[in-house]
Amino acid sequence: MAKFKKERKGQEQINTSALPDIIFMLLFFFMVTTVLREQDILVEQKIPQSTQLQKLQNKTLISYIFIGKPKNTGLYGSEPRVQANDVLISTPEIVQWVNQERDKLAEADRGSITISMKVDKDVKMGPISDVQTELRNADARKVLYASIGKIYED
Amino acid sequence: MARSKNRMSNEINAGSMADIAFLLLIFFLVTTTIASDKGILNFLPPKQDPNVPPPDIQKNERNIFNVLINANNDLLVEGEYRRKADGLDEEFKAFILNFGAPDEEAAALFNSLPAELKAEAQKRSNSSDHPGEAVISIKTNRGTSYAVFLEVFDLAKKAYFDIYAKRVGLTADEYRALTGDDEASKALQDKGKEGIPMAISIAEPDKIGGN
Repeated sequence: MAKFKKERKGQEQINTSALPDIIFMLLFFFMVTTVLREQDILVEQKIPQSTQLQKLQNKTLISYIFIGKPKNTGLYGSEPRVQANDVLISTPEIVQWVNQERDKLAEADRGSITISMKVDKDVKMGPISDVQTELRNADARKVLYASIGKIYED
Repeated sequence: MARSKNRMSNEINAGSMADIAFLLLIFFLVTTTIASDKGILNFLPPKQDPNVPPPDIQKNERNIFNVLINANNDLLVEGEYRRKADGLDEEFKAFILNFGAPDEEAAALFNSLPAELKAEAQKRSNSSDHPGEAVISIKTNRGTSYAVFLEVFDLAKKAYFDIYAKRVGLTADEYRALTGDDEASKALQDKGKEGIPMAISIAEPDKIGGN
């Protein structure tokens, strides 16, 4: 009787020692592929959707500019503002910022700097056009309107 | 009996290890956002020299497809009022591939197109002469919403990418995914674009409805 009992106990336990390994592999995959946000976004960011998305190959050439209504309206007001790096800047400062970003790149790549404009849905064209005028002044003419894929209802 | 007892003590119970790993996994899944560098590419025109007046380009009205978006986000497409941008991509395509009055070069281009694209040519006299001349012009007010502008710009890009993709026999998604890094994909890209430049003009917005 005792012998019979013990044998059943041994069969009931499934070997799950490999399960943590699998989960850890998944965990490492996500840890490696995801990038933690290194800067605080001070403006609202509801990125618009579109269909004709293109992916940029060389991530080092991209500099990000964020445009939207400030999250802290008490401090910065409710008009759309431009954020570069982790501070809000005024439109004329963009030229200087672009030059700083360009200096960070290797000399051969300086001409092909790309500005990724992350613009909130609710922003009007006025501020965007002002930013684009400044980008033209800074001769950073390759612009990426950051956007996410459209989800169709049908 | 002794053997089975021995095996039991050798195995450390690692069942809870999975739970711990799961917790970590879920934590990372929730807290991280995958950085996406996807978007719609645009090349801004070069800076204007205030001493040099902008070149006075004479272009026939029929070669320009005007889309105006006002501060209420209403559209004026070739002088026609519209509430929504839906269906504009097909109109853009018909405009680009109209071939109303092709010159010799454009006629050769037309002959090189696949039958599917040839069928799009309506040859109307009040639309574009040929793809090399056709320009899509998008004009906004300062008060126009960015989302609506991007929607129209997206549709204009879609029209061009659809044409390019059909020319090389790919789907539009496959064509857009071409990197141009290696020779084969570069050749495909060039073959799609050849003779049909992507001419989307974004006019400076005027002061209405903004600040």
